Amino acid sequence: MDRPLNNRAWLLVLPVFGIVAFSAILPLMTVVNYSVQDTFGNNQFFWNGVGWFQELLDPSKELGGRFFDSLWRNLLFSAIILSIQVPLGIVVALSMPREGWTVALCLVLMALPLLIPWNVVGTIWQVFARGDIGLLGWTVNSLGIDYNYVSDPLDAWITIIVMDVWHWTSLVALLCYAGLKSIPDAYYQAARIDGASRWAVFRTIQLPKMRRVLLIAVLLRFMDSFMIYTEPFVLTGGGPGNATTFLSIDLVKLALGQFDLGKAAAMSLVYNLIILALCWVFYTVMTNVDAEKKEVEA
Amino acid sequence: MARITLDRLAHAYRSDPKGPQDYALKEVHHVWDQGGAYALLGPSGCGKTTLLNIISGLVRPTRGRILFDDRDVTDLPTEARNIAQVFQFPVVYDTMTVRENLAFPLKNRGVPREAAGRRVEEVAHMLDLTRVLDRKARNLTADMKQKISLGRGLVRPDVAAILFDEPLTVIDPHLKWQLRSTLKELHRSLDLTMIYVTHDQTEALTFADKVVVMHDGAVVQTGTPDELFARPAHTFVGHFIGSPGMNVLPCRVEGRTAYVEGEPISLALAYPSLPSAGRIELGIRPEFVSLQAKGQGLPVRVRRIDDIGRARIARVEMAGRPMAASVPENLAVDGDEASLVIDPRHVHIYADGHLVPGEAR
Repeated sequence: MDRPLNNRAWLLVLPVFGIVAFSAILPLMTVVNYSVQDTFGNNQFFWNGVGWFQELLDPSKELGGRFFDSLWRNLLFSAIILSIQVPLGIVVALSMPREGWTVALCLVLMALPLLIPWNVVGTIWQVFARGDIGLLGWTVNSLGIDYNYVSDPLDAWITIIVMDVWHWTSLVALLCYAGLKSIPDAYYQAARIDGASRWAVFRTIQLPKMRRVLLIAVLLRFMDSFMIYTEPFVLTGGGPGNATTFLSIDLVKLALGQFDLGKAAAMSLVYNLIILALCWVFYTVMTNVDAEKKEVEA
Repeated sequence: MARITLDRLAHAYRSDPKGPQDYALKEVHHVWDQGGAYALLGPSGCGKTTLLNIISGLVRPTRGRILFDDRDVTDLPTEARNIAQVFQFPVVYDTMTVRENLAFPLKNRGVPREAAGRRVEEVAHMLDLTRVLDRKARNLTADMKQKISLGRGLVRPDVAAILFDEPLTVIDPHLKWQLRSTLKELHRSLDLTMIYVTHDQTEALTFADKVVVMHDGAVVQTGTPDELFARPAHTFVGHFIGSPGMNVLPCRVEGRTAYVEGEPISLALAYPSLPSAGRIELGIRPEFVSLQAKGQGLPVRVRRIDDIGRARIARVEMAGRPMAASVPENLAVDGDEASLVIDPRHVHIYADGHLVPGEAR
């Protein structure tokens, strides 16, 4: 079929180009500009070429060292978060009621943590976990366990992880619940007739049917935890020492604390590229799953 | 192998049923003979799926018992009954191959791998699935998937009855016919009881030896397709089976004559036992009413004539009542005035919807 070609249609796209240019491309170019220069203040800049990038990607340099430290720290954090929240979310979704008035109650309760602003979550847990006046911190301490998230790195990690699990597991659970709800009753009935055990029902029906939503949940939770800033910033400020300094916290320290604009710009570009690359991987995996589905229908 | 007896079954989805209106399934007493091909026919919401789910054990009846031969299975869970069920929408286990799908019920019941493998091959051969045994089940078309669901029932050596819940709903029309004949063949060769739920009279009448017609939660007639056609036990059966359905007209009976709006229609039998109160109706299938030229029978006004392929059906009005009649091949109708000739041997009289037997006195 021949479609009339009309190049004037491109004019309709111009406003979007304009908006994207001002909101994304120009700021990004500013960052690129900073990343190849050095400054000693006074709005004076000197050409530095790829110097910052070389320093950043070389772990033996001071800049590279702290960058890779934060990167590993952040990857470890994301891995722990995923390995707790995904199984926990599935379990929660499986144990939620499927009908009746309790469904609405459960959904509201589950959605509550998701509705709280992130810095408020940080503040809540900052107070909650304090040893002197916080309910959690005080209780743990009175049980005879030495717990202080301000001075002990392990305690700080545990607190942040528990906080994130509290904040975000509902998201995974709600997504899984939606996936479970979409399974027709006939599947469960067929499984009963086939004599399938509870575990077999989970393995052969529920898990495969949740695959799509689980991929989305993993993607969302990974990106979110990889870019986490507000809650640990409020709770620990990246401390004690650098124990909970994740990538974005480190970036802000570098850019606004030390005012090393060139280094910070180089770091944010590399950070951005890592996120883009990971997004691409997830996107490819997900579209492959879709393609398989298409083949099914064909 | 089993004969399935429904012993005064009734079911209400509410926990505190009060009147008959609360029952999705009113009292049913029925025996499904071993090896029979049955159809449960009725419009949506008539309780046929409820009845099916009670037999398979997915629903526990409010009252009554189910017996397999002489064993009471009312309280047995689905997996403990020797029943398989094929659902409206094909159920296959997405992650498994066709072979694994077919082996699944055997694996769950701890059948040794080798025996299971042999059985799967046999069943796949029966259903013509051998070619696709090692493909992922979810990559197949709806009719293949439906065969897989059926196959999961057939592999089990203990299965005595297979229940079908409108299994052809999502199948392409030209494949429906094929799948239905596969079912018939299997039924002939396997000595299995098959119960087939549908709202499509063609499916029911071509598949089943015996059709159970349900209406509003109750069984209104059980019989062979011929019986349902020739002697509908209820006006609903008359309406529902046949296209177009039976003409049902309110009437008054005196001796061997029925009067519809004052027009006399002669009857082959007499009905001395008709109740004096209640709704008396006359039923006659369009096949036994023929349209004739004006003045040869009951005067009618012709509304239109439909050509339904193998016959022509006239939509007429007799004393203001709409009726359908068959049009003889050589009859040319001009104008809208004509007459009807009714074959008295095929006229039935109904009291409050139920067939009243006549007497040849």
